[in-house]
Amino acid sequence: MGILEVKGVNKRFGGLKALDEVNINVEAGAVHAIIGPNGAGKSTLLNCLVGRLEPDTGTVDFDGSSLLNLQPHEINQLGVSRVFQTPEIFSDLDLLENVMIPTLARRDGPFKLDAWSRVDHLSEVRERAEELLQDVGLFEKREMVASSLSRGDKRRLELAMCLVQDPKLLLLDEPTAGMSRADTNNTIDLLKKIGERGITKIVIEHDMHVVFSLANKISVMAQGTVIAEGKPEDIKGDPRVQEAYLGGAHL
Amino acid sequence: MLGLNSKDKTLFLIVLALTMFAPFLLNPFPEGSELAQFNAGYPDLMQRFVIFGIFAIGFNILFGLTGYLSFGHAAFLGVGSYAGVWMLKLLTMNVVPAIIVSVIFAGLFSAVVGYISLRRSGIYFSILTLAFAQMSFALAYSVLTPITNGETGLQLALNDPRILDFDAADGSLPATNFFGIEMRDGFELALGPWLFTFNFGYYLCAIIMLIAFYISIRIFRSPFGLMLRAVKTNQQRLRFTGKNPKPHTLAAFIISGMYAGLAGGLMVAMDPLAGAERMQWTASGEVVLMTILGGAGTLIGPVLGAGVIKYFENIFSKINDNVLYNWFSFLPDGMQDAFVFMIHPFIGKGWHLTLGIMFMLVVIFLPGGVVEGGQRLRQLFSRRGGSDSAGGASSAKAHPAE
Repeated sequence: MGILEVKGVNKRFGGLKALDEVNINVEAGAVHAIIGPNGAGKSTLLNCLVGRLEPDTGTVDFDGSSLLNLQPHEINQLGVSRVFQTPEIFSDLDLLENVMIPTLARRDGPFKLDAWSRVDHLSEVRERAEELLQDVGLFEKREMVASSLSRGDKRRLELAMCLVQDPKLLLLDEPTAGMSRADTNNTIDLLKKIGERGITKIVIEHDMHVVFSLANKISVMAQGTVIAEGKPEDIKGDPRVQEAYLGGAHL
Repeated sequence: MLGLNSKDKTLFLIVLALTMFAPFLLNPFPEGSELAQFNAGYPDLMQRFVIFGIFAIGFNILFGLTGYLSFGHAAFLGVGSYAGVWMLKLLTMNVVPAIIVSVIFAGLFSAVVGYISLRRSGIYFSILTLAFAQMSFALAYSVLTPITNGETGLQLALNDPRILDFDAADGSLPATNFFGIEMRDGFELALGPWLFTFNFGYYLCAIIMLIAFYISIRIFRSPFGLMLRAVKTNQQRLRFTGKNPKPHTLAAFIISGMYAGLAGGLMVAMDPLAGAERMQWTASGEVVLMTILGGAGTLIGPVLGAGVIKYFENIFSKINDNVLYNWFSFLPDGMQDAFVFMIHPFIGKGWHLTLGIMFMLVVIFLPGGVVEGGQRLRQLFSRRGGSDSAGGASSAKAHPAE
């Protein structure tokens, strides 16, 4: 049984059928890539997983409980963290604060009116956050304001913010979009390092280089449905995939 | 001591010193001198400084931290005022119950308004709060006349029950007091040509403001305060981080509403009269001006902003043409008229114009308000002193701290 089971999910936007009977089964510990051409429904699917969109029909079960009708913060509290296409960070705050917020979120739950203790006295939370900043190589910049970071560093920060929560499932929406080759390779290395922690990951990606260096299972989507699923080697050779994705060109 | 870090402690002690020595600091000019009209050290104005300081400190917890701009906070101040006067009418002339009940009522009312208004954010939130405040104003002005006494305003009467006060009325209205100490009382101290007034009412307000200021520092430095700043910079990320922004913003809204109620309660404790105009949108706008002028999101900014605006309102508005003619009497006749003519629009009833120009200059050149001005001056100063690197490096991070 998978840690995430998506069964028969449909989603319509007016006349457009964005998702059509999507079934995906993600096994615990896997790095599961979802690829497909633009408009295939990858992002819509991801949004259905994190509570941003509600599927019209179908079920989404995570770790034995349904994710339907839950708010984004409730889904996060179940152990699902998400990295966005454009890094979503707290730009006005410094890096340490950026990572302390998710740490506190895990410690205190969705809401706690803790208006009397001092943030600079929470040494446990701080140490945990500093540890993660070390892991992604941003410790030296911990007192910088997040908006002053480069694109690649913002992505690292966002990853640290997700990882500090020890998620069971990490969703990565085009983690290397808009990055230079060097930044892309750095991010791949970082993600591989994270892989050693055994966190289940779903990666949505355009860049085949990234997909084939990370994933151990791939689902290919086109026009709202999953057209192929399997190990990277199998997918590479699948003619249907080449047809849908590359118009017949060889990968 | 106090549980504050060293920087905040310094700030708190500065504010403590400023408020405690205000009667001296605000009366720098000798009595009877040409400049005595710039003295602000009389009880009524000093009370207003600290009361509006409280109002602005509370407003800043909502606006400065979460970025939610409420245009209706005067409604909570008004509710606090009415509740306070009713306590003075029904219970006792001791101001303590009046102040406590003001805070409670304003808190309850802001919970309702906040719950509804926070369904929206940005400009829609502002409009909703504005609508609520204007409805409250209209209700207080007409429909709820039995409670608010309409346009006359709610005031004390000789036949009020005051069930906790036993002393027989001697035909005059009793004065508000704090366990027997009358708020209007005080003593005067003459030092040479200087005259300093120490008013008990002012000191009660000042102490309460210090407590309010201390609580606001604690909130700013707490995990709750950090979450509020997170709401301001990226609500989406906060939501996907497992935090629910709504109860956080609602709590901030209620806390700032209670601060407004406290300010309203203190107003009637000093002068037991509550009118509907206190809830009007101009009053809500004033606290926005105070906070931005002083520096939104900074600890001390709102207090400074409140001081500056109240000073202008009370001192600049007193200067009239006669005073101007006096100032320029050394000039030849024609020039004198010309100068008075030029300055005339900016003084007296035209003080709003001066304030407006100042506000524009601050927003354009010092978006961080008076506090940013102070920081820049200090940087300039420390650069001249030769320790350039220290001032430059810390300046980037100084904003949320101060």
